[in-house]
Amino acid sequence: MAGRGKLIAVMGDEDTVTGFLLGGVGELNKHRKPNFLVVEKDTSLTEIEETFRSFLSREDIGIILINQFIAELIRHVLDAHTRSLPAVLEIPSKEHPYDAAKDSILRRARGMFTAEDLR
Amino acid sequence: MSGKDRIEIFPSRMAQTIMKARLKGAQTGRNLLKKKSDALTLRFRQILKKIIETKMLMGEVMREAAFSLAEAKFTAGDFSTTVIQNVNKAQVKIRAKKDNVAGVTLPVFEHYQEGGDSYELTGLARGGEQLAKLKRNYAKAVELLVELASLQTSFVTLDEAIKITNRRVNAIEHVIIPRIERTLSYIITELDEREREEFYRLKKIQEKKKILKEKNERERALRKAAGGEHEPANLLAEEKDEDLLFE
Repeated sequence: MAGRGKLIAVMGDEDTVTGFLLGGVGELNKHRKPNFLVVEKDTSLTEIEETFRSFLSREDIGIILINQFIAELIRHVLDAHTRSLPAVLEIPSKEHPYDAAKDSILRRARGMFTAEDLR
Repeated sequence: MSGKDRIEIFPSRMAQTIMKARLKGAQTGRNLLKKKSDALTLRFRQILKKIIETKMLMGEVMREAAFSLAEAKFTAGDFSTTVIQNVNKAQVKIRAKKDNVAGVTLPVFEHYQEGGDSYELTGLARGGEQLAKLKRNYAKAVELLVELASLQTSFVTLDEAIKITNRRVNAIEHVIIPRIERTLSYIITELDEREREEFYRLKKIQEKKKILKEKNERERALRKAAGGEHEPANLLAEEKDEDLLFE
């Protein structure tokens, strides 16, 4: 069963990635490809998109954590991802507080909740 | 959808029985699917509530984690590069289990530890305490996020399943059942029509027979009046019958 364990991929700014790596999620596979991406100011949109797509297509990844501000940049890719696996989770970053209204999942669920559910 | 939309079938009693059985089957199916949809929706709402709660909690946990990162950086200096360069094997992994709600399998993630800490030596010089705290905080965040991910996956799966079920319920309710009902009413009208035809035909035959009889009667009366009429000899009416051989 140990071999079947899936990884958690992280895409985010340096701080977020460092934190999660310390939390112990990072791994290099045998091609020395990491399961994380540090997005810096000069990281191109194509690179982010490519990496995200490659994470989506990787079999060994079960959850993708992505900073919400990065998710915003590649929103169309996120919205196009309708399968249940891997699960894409948008997380807040240090500079960008969490905005529930932007989350693809919560956006899908809108209309089902009333105002007091969201507080 | 026209009113003529019905199943192509020959209208007979047999077909009517079949259609009645199908109508009953469709109604039972609809009720079952409705129940399934209700069960799924119930679960769906529970999950939705939990997701919202967890997301709110996530905000706090992440803030705390980010803050402890800043703390650690302040004491231990910038170790981001070291950490990013020293990645080797994942220590936290997840495995998927399955949960079953009304025939829909929902993946449930469970995280587990594997192998040792690869950053044991980070912050050895200074800021070890802060780093330990930081690791703890992020481990907590990972735990929470794994939980959230399984909720979210269930949410997506359930959403899909509910949509499909509702679509089926609606299809049965608004397409299949009306079609069967139309077919049934068609069969009934056809059968009635046939019965009326049969009745009419019988009437017609009776009428024809009556006319024929009257005509014969009249002809006979005419011949009688002319005198040439003799009734056909009745074999039994004659009292005495002559023996033909022995006299």
